[in-house]
Amino acid sequence: MLNYDIVVIGGGPAGLAAAIEAKKNGVDSILVIERDRELGGILQQCIHNGFGLHIFKEELTGPEYAQRFIEQLEDMGISYKLDTMVLDISEDKSLMVMNRTDGLLKIRGKAIILAMGCRERTRGAINIPGTRPAGVFTAGTAQRFVNMEGYMVGKKVVILGSGDIGLIMARRLTLEGAEVKAVAELMPYSGGLTRNIVQCLDDFDIPLFLSHTLIDIKGRDRVEGITIAKVDENRKPIPGTEQHYECDTLLLSVGLIPENELSKSAGIQLDSITGGPVVNEAMETSVKGIFACGNVVHVHDLVDWVTEESRRAGRNAAKFIKDELWDGGPSFRTAAEKGIRYIVPHMVRVENVEQTVDLFMRVDDVYTNVNMVVKLDGVRIRTITKKHLAPGEMESIKIPTKFLKEKSGGLLTVCLEKEGA
Amino acid sequence: MYDVAIIGAGVIGCAVARELSRYDLKVVLIEKDTDIANGTTKANSAIVHGGYDAKPGSLKARFNVEGNAMFDEICKELDVPFQRIGSLVLAFDHEDVQAIQELYDRGVINGVPNMEMLDREQILALEPNLNKDIIAALHAPTAGIVGPWELAIAMAENAIENGVELKLEHKVTQIEKLENGYGISTDKGKLKAAYVINCAGLYADEVHNMVADPSFRIIPRRGQYNVFDRSVGDFVKKVIFQCPTKKGKGVLIAPTVHGNLIVGPDAEELDCKESIETTMEGLGFIREQGKKSTEKVPSHAIITAFAGLRATPSTGDFIIEELTEAKGFIDVAGIESPGLTAAPAIGIYVLELLKNSGVILKEKESFNPIRRKAIRFMELTDEEKTELIKRDPRFGRIICRCESITEGEIVDIIGRKAGALTVDGVKRRARPGTGRCQGGFCGPRVMEILARELEMDITEVLKDRRGSYLLTGPTKVDTGIEESFDAVAAAKEL
Repeated sequence: MLNYDIVVIGGGPAGLAAAIEAKKNGVDSILVIERDRELGGILQQCIHNGFGLHIFKEELTGPEYAQRFIEQLEDMGISYKLDTMVLDISEDKSLMVMNRTDGLLKIRGKAIILAMGCRERTRGAINIPGTRPAGVFTAGTAQRFVNMEGYMVGKKVVILGSGDIGLIMARRLTLEGAEVKAVAELMPYSGGLTRNIVQCLDDFDIPLFLSHTLIDIKGRDRVEGITIAKVDENRKPIPGTEQHYECDTLLLSVGLIPENELSKSAGIQLDSITGGPVVNEAMETSVKGIFACGNVVHVHDLVDWVTEESRRAGRNAAKFIKDELWDGGPSFRTAAEKGIRYIVPHMVRVENVEQTVDLFMRVDDVYTNVNMVVKLDGVRIRTITKKHLAPGEMESIKIPTKFLKEKSGGLLTVCLEKEGA
Repeated sequence: MYDVAIIGAGVIGCAVARELSRYDLKVVLIEKDTDIANGTTKANSAIVHGGYDAKPGSLKARFNVEGNAMFDEICKELDVPFQRIGSLVLAFDHEDVQAIQELYDRGVINGVPNMEMLDREQILALEPNLNKDIIAALHAPTAGIVGPWELAIAMAENAIENGVELKLEHKVTQIEKLENGYGISTDKGKLKAAYVINCAGLYADEVHNMVADPSFRIIPRRGQYNVFDRSVGDFVKKVIFQCPTKKGKGVLIAPTVHGNLIVGPDAEELDCKESIETTMEGLGFIREQGKKSTEKVPSHAIITAFAGLRATPSTGDFIIEELTEAKGFIDVAGIESPGLTAAPAIGIYVLELLKNSGVILKEKESFNPIRRKAIRFMELTDEEKTELIKRDPRFGRIICRCESITEGEIVDIIGRKAGALTVDGVKRRARPGTGRCQGGFCGPRVMEILARELEMDITEVLKDRRGSYLLTGPTKVDTGIEESFDAVAAAKEL
């Protein structure tokens, strides 16, 4: 058995930032475990730019963004294992891991940081009828083929779902010579960033059909065509609105799901809305000493926010190791109310907060000119006016600790109110 | 010249092949597809039926009960996943109770052992997730669940190990009667055989008509299913049938041998023998119909849907006979449910027919009924795992994260007799890509391994049949990037 102070599961942006921050905060014995052949996680296949605007104040590609952290990790001498899979986490924070060289290995961490990221929703999860031919790919799998393995997945493409990876792949496949015929989105708004709609669809004249869904896939062996239709307010297809496209490829960009099979094995409490662990201000889960950060907690829109959140997790895991994390003192639960889908963190212990309590959330629909209202036990403590809110973009609110310091605890809520209400 | 040619490598053709491989015969198994078990065998309920359903005196009734009794041994010999978990037919009203009583009586005549009627308390104690308004159920403890394609693949592998030849991607186009046998034309050339066993599934009528006048039709009858994540695999413990009524047979809910849950099928007669698409109506029907058994069907955990075609005979019963007008040509046709259960018994019956037709069955001393065990890495003890990785480090590399399948297991099933040649072939044998991410993570890795092991380019790797190509070529090779930029620029100017 190997022993470390902190074991980080996942060597993507979340795991890298958490490990580096933990080291900066005085913990030397750290191990990062990565299942792929290199560090960097999904960033390695995101060869487009637009990463790092907030963290580095410049535009980087995914691999460049990852490389900055990988180099720092190497420079700091933090150990890592590649091609290594964590099979199981026990509540006593011991891991069963496996790879080709070590075989089966037990590793124990005084603290564990979960940074496994997320996976893509599949065709089955959304129950698309039709045949099951070759040529149906999730957008991320197609991205890996095209950007990392160097192979094209098709020539005529329709994309279902307007998540960011789907939008990025619409542009990428176009640049590689494929014809991207359309993007269909079930919701009346896109699930992706506005900048991606402009730069990946509008600039290439790829039509985006909102409130549309896929109703049929044709083709016995390889995709030969698909049919989309407009949906009504109950998201049911409207007869007579069918449009057929001849294509050999269907990409799915229909959402991401935090990857928490390991969290479940450790008995960690999960939030049914985010699909990720319930966490406190220190990014600590319901199991003491197990922290979580990045897309395993909730799906982020920008990697920059993943980095920030993961630094917080790394810093607090270091505090936990040094026994500097406060467990007592005033604590506040958070709750999403009208218009807000979820809030992370779920609980705030004010003693551990440095300057402001940062709440991260997503709204449940597109809104214009609304107030985001923060209440403490029903009393308004902060109002932020927003011109435009969309589910595709993560929102954050900072609450100065002065509002909370004198209280002994309570309930922090965020809701949306019409401006002027 | 072969002694026997078997047309069709579904579960029936494979069962016949394995039985024949016990004897000193030159046998060829001919399959039009890229893999064994690629038709009805890969898309059905995966149930080993008790045998109370079929009409007494029918071939279905006989081979169901006989086949059922053979499963323990054959699955043990061939290392096929099989669990005798029992089945329940649920009754929710008086009419249902009468119907299950009839099933019970029929079961007694058919020779189904150990059936019993259960009352509400007994049922809910066994199956707490069922609807509480249930009043009675017929329990058949001999019913079970099996891996249907695993069974077919294992029988084929064992048959080949014992001398049977397999010809994949050989589509039979014509059969001519010769003086002492048959000339079989395929799209890959001709071969001769003294005896022909027609196990062509959905196409058994067409193959029959190559040597004789039409005497039956095979009607493709589609059934659709949903498969659920392993997290809800123990939602029910037994195979849960609904009571057959005038409105239909109802849908079943059952665990699978892989730990998933399956719900389905509906039944829809079609004209086309290739229509294996699911439909919104069909999937909607099974979801609604499933609620009759339990309101709590965990639809959030659906991971995939599929459809299969039953090879329904126009005659109503299995057709297993030597043709009077074509001696030495044996039809094994119309093998719809309970065909999977009946398969091992049908294999033996075909031997009898051959013997009656003059084939001399001389047992081979070298016959080995045991198939080398599949390696299921995650089922090993920690010590065994460690040992195995030391011997072959490929077992230390997980390829499918959802099902924890290692590279070593995938290489093993590619290298076996009747081994995997396609991504779906790998999936059926070792299960990568069957989990909740449905191959999103392991797909590219499985393709890489297939290309390496079979020494082909990755762009040649198929998902399933010929034509199910996955990649269209390398990037950055004359893809017309410049042109697409120009096209976009031109479009902008317009």
